[in-house]
Amino acid sequence: MALLTVTGLGVTIGTVSPLDGVSFKARRGEILGLVGESGSGKSLTAMALMGLLGRIGGRVSAGSIQFDGQELTTLDEPAYRRLRGKRIAMISQNPMTSLDPLVQIGAQIDQVSRLHLGLSKPAAKARSIELMQQLRIPDAATLHGAYPHQLSGGMKQRIVIAMALAADPDLIIADEPTTALDVTIQAQIIQIMVDLVRERGLALILITHDMGVVAQACDRVVVLYAGRVAETDTTEALFAQPHHPYSASLIACIPAHDQAAGTLSGIPGTVPGVANYPAGCRFHPRCDRALAVCAEMAPPITALPTGSVACHLYGANA
Amino acid sequence: MTPLVSLAGLTRDFSSGSGFLKPRRTMRAVDDVSLDLPRGSITGVVGESGCGKSTLGRLALRLIAATSGSVSFDGADLGSLSPAALRAMRRNMQMVFQDPYSAIDPRYTVRRALMEPYQVQGSAPPDPEARLAELMAMVGLNPGQAGAYPHQMSGGQKQRVGIARALALNPSFLVLDEPTAALDVSIQAQIIGLLEGLQRDLGLTYLFISHDLSLVRYFCQRVVVMYLGRIVEDLPQARDTPRHPYARALMNSHFEPDPTRRKAVQILKGEIPSPFNLPIGCAFAARCPAVTDLCRTVRPALTTSSDGHQIACHHPQD
Repeated sequence: MALLTVTGLGVTIGTVSPLDGVSFKARRGEILGLVGESGSGKSLTAMALMGLLGRIGGRVSAGSIQFDGQELTTLDEPAYRRLRGKRIAMISQNPMTSLDPLVQIGAQIDQVSRLHLGLSKPAAKARSIELMQQLRIPDAATLHGAYPHQLSGGMKQRIVIAMALAADPDLIIADEPTTALDVTIQAQIIQIMVDLVRERGLALILITHDMGVVAQACDRVVVLYAGRVAETDTTEALFAQPHHPYSASLIACIPAHDQAAGTLSGIPGTVPGVANYPAGCRFHPRCDRALAVCAEMAPPITALPTGSVACHLYGANA
Repeated sequence: MTPLVSLAGLTRDFSSGSGFLKPRRTMRAVDDVSLDLPRGSITGVVGESGCGKSTLGRLALRLIAATSGSVSFDGADLGSLSPAALRAMRRNMQMVFQDPYSAIDPRYTVRRALMEPYQVQGSAPPDPEARLAELMAMVGLNPGQAGAYPHQMSGGQKQRVGIARALALNPSFLVLDEPTAALDVSIQAQIIGLLEGLQRDLGLTYLFISHDLSLVRYFCQRVVVMYLGRIVEDLPQARDTPRHPYARALMNSHFEPDPTRRKAVQILKGEIPSPFNLPIGCAFAARCPAVTDLCRTVRPALTTSSDGHQIACHHPQD
């Protein structure tokens, strides 16, 4: 059974509904990619899962989030607080802002296991150093007492990952964890996260806009566009044959090995703002395969052998 | 044919830390870089944060002065020009900046941003409105947006304004300093396509600075790889396989958008050493998989083979 089952999730902020009918599952030992451009609703989905929508004046308006048999959309704040950081942890995009600059990095990791696992100070420290070593942080015992400004960006991101792991969570949500890092460091961090999932059997939701990262790391993919799921499938199936024109365009944005000059194609235009979602399929103004019906009706969801696609090219109207 | 831009032995030092009881420390951001840019060519400079690639771009336009070495543009030594003559020369060489969010004054409309270069040069186009419309059309902006402010535009649109501003004075040489690093991949592909078209139509010469080797290999004819201020490899044919272990590592850090080509990432050990305390031997020795004792004691010289390929390595990979 899936560890996390999201069904028909809708989010409302004030008078707008940036997220609408989002469904997916995350399983133990598996990396689920949540992919789309800026403004497609990836980070908002993460906030909904973490129960943090209240902080930005939003709320879950429809659907359910089942985590290990527990319904999260109706959970009260004290209960959520026991879950957050302990069973569901988050790694955010910018390690520079997720660490307190005035607190030693070791103490920041210790804090998590002391709070959630009730460890004593020395036990928490021993656990933190062990975690740092697992994340291949050299000289962990010394660095335990270092401050964030003394570390490079890649090292800081490893500390943030150590914090996420400190309470032994079942699910980690990583929101663009490597976007702020150099390419060689990005490759290191992705490798570390893949190894963690395989070794510990935890579930990882990896949020990214980079189809290269998805192809390298993810087992399943959810492609989001303007707050709706465009397509979901296994990574192999999606890249072998992307069904949704948006999925195909996102893949075509990354220069492939020895791609001929002048053949890289972007996606014209940008993701519409939530106040300007077009009627029908929200991707139709940017789609090179749009039909007349795409401007009128939201696309039906069509089942694929290992996934599903929301596009009129495959529905009953096709 | 003489190159349009010729960099000879460029070196630039920065110093910091001078203060009460604190010794002054000097780092060499760019160390003895020589590079000829033929007319109408696209040369890529690639490397990680701190390798000196942006400093090199600024030196090439003489936005900052070199500690030693020279830049000549169209045969004229920029260092020997009077400030007035240098300003006049700047018509021919312009820069597109990494962050379109901060490169344009937030209080300027598109019209004002695009007419600013003419003010600086003390000349106005014969028909400013016609030129404005022409510039906006060249970069794929709707001339109806001339009155828009930066906050009303997306990141991709802002970068198009940055490119149009660089093109306003009909330059022949552009330094592109990571023009897509702050953008979504879908928008990156749009901007790269636009730059390809402009280069072809206007016969421009580009110095393209990036941390993304695969993008550089796709976009540029020639690739220069920098590490800690020095050129470690210069590939006259961008698609050739690099032979320097660092360039190899950069190439292996790129994830193909193809799950059947997943990589076992060879994790580069360690991090980039501090530029204030460079090792005496090869600067890459501490992270290099092919390191020997020779590398730790003798810095490899940049050697050129008959086909113009340059490499600074004791143990080039086959």
